[in-house]
Amino acid sequence: MTSLPAQPSKKKLGLVVDLDICVGCHACSVNCKEWNTGGHSAPLTDQDAYGANPIGVWFNRVHSYEIVQDTGKSWTVNFPKSCLHCEDAPCVPVCPTGASYKRSEDGIVLINGDYCIGCKLCSWACPYGAREFDEDAGIMKKCTLCIDKIYNENLEPQYRVPSCVSTCPAGARSFGDLGDENSDVSKLVKARGGYDLMPEQGTKPTNKYLPPRPRNAENDANGQQAKLDSVDTSGANVIARWVDKVLSR
Amino acid sequence: MTGFFALGEEKADTSPKVSDEVKTTTCYMCACRCGIRVHLRDGKVRYIEGNPDHPVNKGILCAKGSAGIMQVNSPSRLRKPLLRTGERGSGEFKEIEWEEALSLATEWLGDIRKTDPKKLAFFTGRDQSQSLTGWWAKQFGTMNFAAHGGFCSVNMAAAGLYTIGGSFWEFGEPDWDLTKYFMMFGVAEDHDSNPIKAGIGRLKTRGDAKFVSINPVRTGYSAVADEWVGVRPGTDGLFVFALLHELLKAEKIDFDYLVRYTNAHWLVIDDEGAADHGLFARDKDGNPLCYDGKTKALGDASSADVSPVLAGEYTLEDGRKAVPAFNLMAARYMDEAYNPDTVAATIGIEPATIRRIAAELAEAAFDKEIVLDVEWTDWAGRKQDKMIGRPVAMHAMRGISAHSNGFHTCRGIHLLQMILGTIDVPGGFRHKPPFPRPCPPGPKPAGHTIAPNQPIDGMPLGFPTEPADLLVNKDGSPKRVDKAYSWEFPLSSHGMMHMAIHNAWKGDPYHVDVLFMYMANMSWNSTMNTSGTIKYLTDKNEDGEYKIPKIIYSDAYHSEMVNYSDLILPDTTYLERWDCISLLDRPISSAHGPADSIRQPVIKPDRDVRPFQEVLLDLGVRLGLPGIANEDGTAKYPGGYPDYIANHERMPGVGPLAGWRGIDGDQHGKGDANPKQLEKYIENGCFWSEAFTPEQSYYKHANQSYLNKAHAMGWIPNNKPIVMQIYSEIMQKFRLAAEGHGDIQPPERDRQRVKEYFDPLPMWYAPLEDETLDKKEYPLHALTQRPMHMYHSWGSQNAWLRQITAQNRMFMHSSKAEELNLVDDDWIWVTSHHGKVRCQVKTVEGVNPDTIWTWNAIGKKRGNWGLDKDAPESNKGFLLNHVISELLPAKGEKHRYSNSDPVTGQAAWFDLRVRVDKCTEAEAAENVTWPLFDVTPPLPNMAPSPKTVRYGEDFKSEEHSGKSGGTHMEWVGNRHENATSGTGVRDGYRNSLKEEDK
Repeated sequence: MTSLPAQPSKKKLGLVVDLDICVGCHACSVNCKEWNTGGHSAPLTDQDAYGANPIGVWFNRVHSYEIVQDTGKSWTVNFPKSCLHCEDAPCVPVCPTGASYKRSEDGIVLINGDYCIGCKLCSWACPYGAREFDEDAGIMKKCTLCIDKIYNENLEPQYRVPSCVSTCPAGARSFGDLGDENSDVSKLVKARGGYDLMPEQGTKPTNKYLPPRPRNAENDANGQQAKLDSVDTSGANVIARWVDKVLSR
Repeated sequence: MTGFFALGEEKADTSPKVSDEVKTTTCYMCACRCGIRVHLRDGKVRYIEGNPDHPVNKGILCAKGSAGIMQVNSPSRLRKPLLRTGERGSGEFKEIEWEEALSLATEWLGDIRKTDPKKLAFFTGRDQSQSLTGWWAKQFGTMNFAAHGGFCSVNMAAAGLYTIGGSFWEFGEPDWDLTKYFMMFGVAEDHDSNPIKAGIGRLKTRGDAKFVSINPVRTGYSAVADEWVGVRPGTDGLFVFALLHELLKAEKIDFDYLVRYTNAHWLVIDDEGAADHGLFARDKDGNPLCYDGKTKALGDASSADVSPVLAGEYTLEDGRKAVPAFNLMAARYMDEAYNPDTVAATIGIEPATIRRIAAELAEAAFDKEIVLDVEWTDWAGRKQDKMIGRPVAMHAMRGISAHSNGFHTCRGIHLLQMILGTIDVPGGFRHKPPFPRPCPPGPKPAGHTIAPNQPIDGMPLGFPTEPADLLVNKDGSPKRVDKAYSWEFPLSSHGMMHMAIHNAWKGDPYHVDVLFMYMANMSWNSTMNTSGTIKYLTDKNEDGEYKIPKIIYSDAYHSEMVNYSDLILPDTTYLERWDCISLLDRPISSAHGPADSIRQPVIKPDRDVRPFQEVLLDLGVRLGLPGIANEDGTAKYPGGYPDYIANHERMPGVGPLAGWRGIDGDQHGKGDANPKQLEKYIENGCFWSEAFTPEQSYYKHANQSYLNKAHAMGWIPNNKPIVMQIYSEIMQKFRLAAEGHGDIQPPERDRQRVKEYFDPLPMWYAPLEDETLDKKEYPLHALTQRPMHMYHSWGSQNAWLRQITAQNRMFMHSSKAEELNLVDDDWIWVTSHHGKVRCQVKTVEGVNPDTIWTWNAIGKKRGNWGLDKDAPESNKGFLLNHVISELLPAKGEKHRYSNSDPVTGQAAWFDLRVRVDKCTEAEAAENVTWPLFDVTPPLPNMAPSPKTVRYGEDFKSEEHSGKSGGTHMEWVGNRHENATSGTGVRDGYRNSLKEEDK
């Protein structure tokens, strides 16, 4: 059994993912993979890489769903998912060795690979399926929030953000301190109705999702669709109106 | 919960060493050409990220670009030149030295050049060096050259360049930041992938614009659109004409824009049967005429002082009648044939939807007019105190392009843009330099005469404007092997690569001696009729010689095309080479200003491979090609490709790169060659860009300051305004020839076809396959799309990308699946008039119910691309190409036209009609695709692909850096748009704040 920090950290670093504009391109997944395969939890092993069942370690995966309403109307939602760095992270207390831990200074949930015995209790405990077992190394791995990038003194300050964030083509990802209600990411979450994933699990996730916004309505308040008024039902009559129309260049 | 262990908190190293150095270059994981920063450690690639300073991607990088590490380490990389030892297709080769390979190629090519240079057919794929490869073909003396545009986007390019002087992809972009209504036609993960994603993200985050996607399939961009209009494939043109019908009848027309910037007011001669019927009436100096409503007389339509009228019938000096082009156009689309009630069922949507979208377009264009307080001067020297914008932007690509009615449909979209006054205005569609250019730009296609040891008299690809420009013999037969610029496909300005192998095999119009290809998987996913093409490549004459006697191929990877080639010249990967992305070819400019870029080698090849462009120049020296070899036989560019990039001049002062020209490197656009030019590019992040002034930024077709600049830069031949073509006189010239006028007329077989399809106004006709097929027998449309995370066939060798998609399925609407008694993963036969393929089904909601679709280029041949013989790509994944014929269905007569657009020769991939049948239990039990091919053997000395990849384990530092760590940065995606839409977020850009908001 491993302890969570006695007091929740004041600083809660996390991600905000905008489902309104995520086009499901997988850029975040792959850029994460290339940074992290040489990073804190390196490597993010790929097994049967060129074979019948290629399967590897990914810290961030994108799922695309079709949602169908009773009316038959449907839409597609692209949903990137990674560790949510929960305040009450269920993956930590179940760890028998102390490998799985939550940083007291910024709330990032990490795994110390040196202590991990590969028992997988943490992945059973995580309701989001956000942990990734490296069969080859025999240990659990997970999103580090790019711990070795966001504070890295060897990088210029502008690059000190998680790789999934800086690479996102649509601008659908934001990063910051969600423990500070005055931070821009907190304001964004508030203004856009950002929500917790599966709040009923009581995990208090740090990461937030911004819901798809209502699409521009097709009908007016009376349920009518707009249309243009023709100036005349006959095309010939419409053209006749233009014979006297003198224009200037 | 409290625990027992609290020892876990490691001191995670937050500042480990990342790299020894960072080098910039240009991505090549697709055609988007983003700037990248490559972190290198111990000579290996540690990390690739977008370059924030780069004008294309501004720091972002897609899944493909982020997977570059697995591309440059792919086990399928070729290692050394190869010579075929077994039968073609057997996959048996031996390694040879470069000297032997180049000598052999020189011998084969030299024999042709000495006798009949057109017997070389030189075709390249998605490379970005066509200004070099086309020039090489010219210097060699063959007109049989093209790149892949003929089967990709020539309908978009030709329709745009003949109509508005620019085009969608790569020559224009929506005004993402100002548009209020964005319509996207037929775009999946097509070109310009990162700028489109970024643009959509910003546009939607602003929250004040509507985004409508017209596409039979709802994935990716369409999934985040405000409205998805799931039209039946190939009916977009009808939809556009119905919108025009509504707008015209309601007089929602930007009349001023039309008379100022288009030929709407030009008078068209109405004299049925005359040799000039349908051409523009002109004065004795050749100026087009219009009717001046003030003087009540004919006037010079191009004069700034004329007061045009757009409707009526007028009498010319010779007594004949003439009508304004606009009148002809309006009469056509106001006809009841284009009433939404008439066409909606064919399109597969409700008439009310068409009417509403027309109303929304009108509202956005005319009620939400944008006025920018920017002074500018028009082409006539008149000062304007503001820039008016009609904020409707449109973008269209492959879904329009890949139909046999795509040229006219694309012209129809441009017509819609013109009516609304939205081309190159604030909030509209914006040209990227060097466009706009005259409609069409010069020059004409070259290669009318071919002579031994002689270059042809110009570049092989160009833009015909009259029948005399066609490359046809006296009897009207084609001069080019692909039949481009023939009466069958007169405006095929990107060539017709998809027909080259078929025609060379058949000897129609003639056989070739050598087929030389680069980076084009023409025996597999880049060809129609894959099995047939394999037969063409392996078929022999009675004497035992192959019908296509010699095939030279350059590729970096063990693609399927390698199997069917005789001599393989192994290319490098994109991180091991020089390249230039040139204004002479396919530049990286944006609407904000011109730009070009280079690739520099950032890692060294660990194989005996050479960049193709180096090899091409080397061959040019060996063959003694003028401009590449000096008269004494030495190399004109002894430093190879980088030497050529910096020092070659196509015209005086104009070379491959526009930046830092002149001996001192202080000239941009035109200037002498600068020997230190590449160093300047590297210093600047491997690109050059320049920003237009605000006054040059819009109305570029008629903006004096812009036109002067464009002329000075060498982009346009003079600074005259670019007049957009509502009515195409060029089309009418070809139609007149078909009607029996002039010396050069189509052969009888093609006469009716040319007459029908060379309509000077945009027209709609059902996709050509539909004409002959029984729609009850083939009730469904079948399409492909490219997944956002993959591109071409390269994606499947990529250990990371193939984990996202290793098998494609056939997507089908749930209602159709129910009708056919199908559930997910059932095996089905997809049958066309041409053939059949076996695959698995996946039901979805977001697709037009009469359409099925799948991901393109996932299917592989067993044993290629470094993949295991049991890989899902080859055993369950499939190519739809098997059921697409390169020829139209036979209609009784002997001749079968290519399955292409009759105007441009664009391959009509998406005209495909099929039926679906459930496989029998026995068939399904086989649990594999059909056709299933033999396993390709490994190439000599090619190491087996690794089972487990642990890339990056070497980069993990054992020792803690000891550094305590820097400060992280808060980052808000689309910060500016989030700030201005009232979220309370501070304004700025990503992780930097605007000064006043700090």
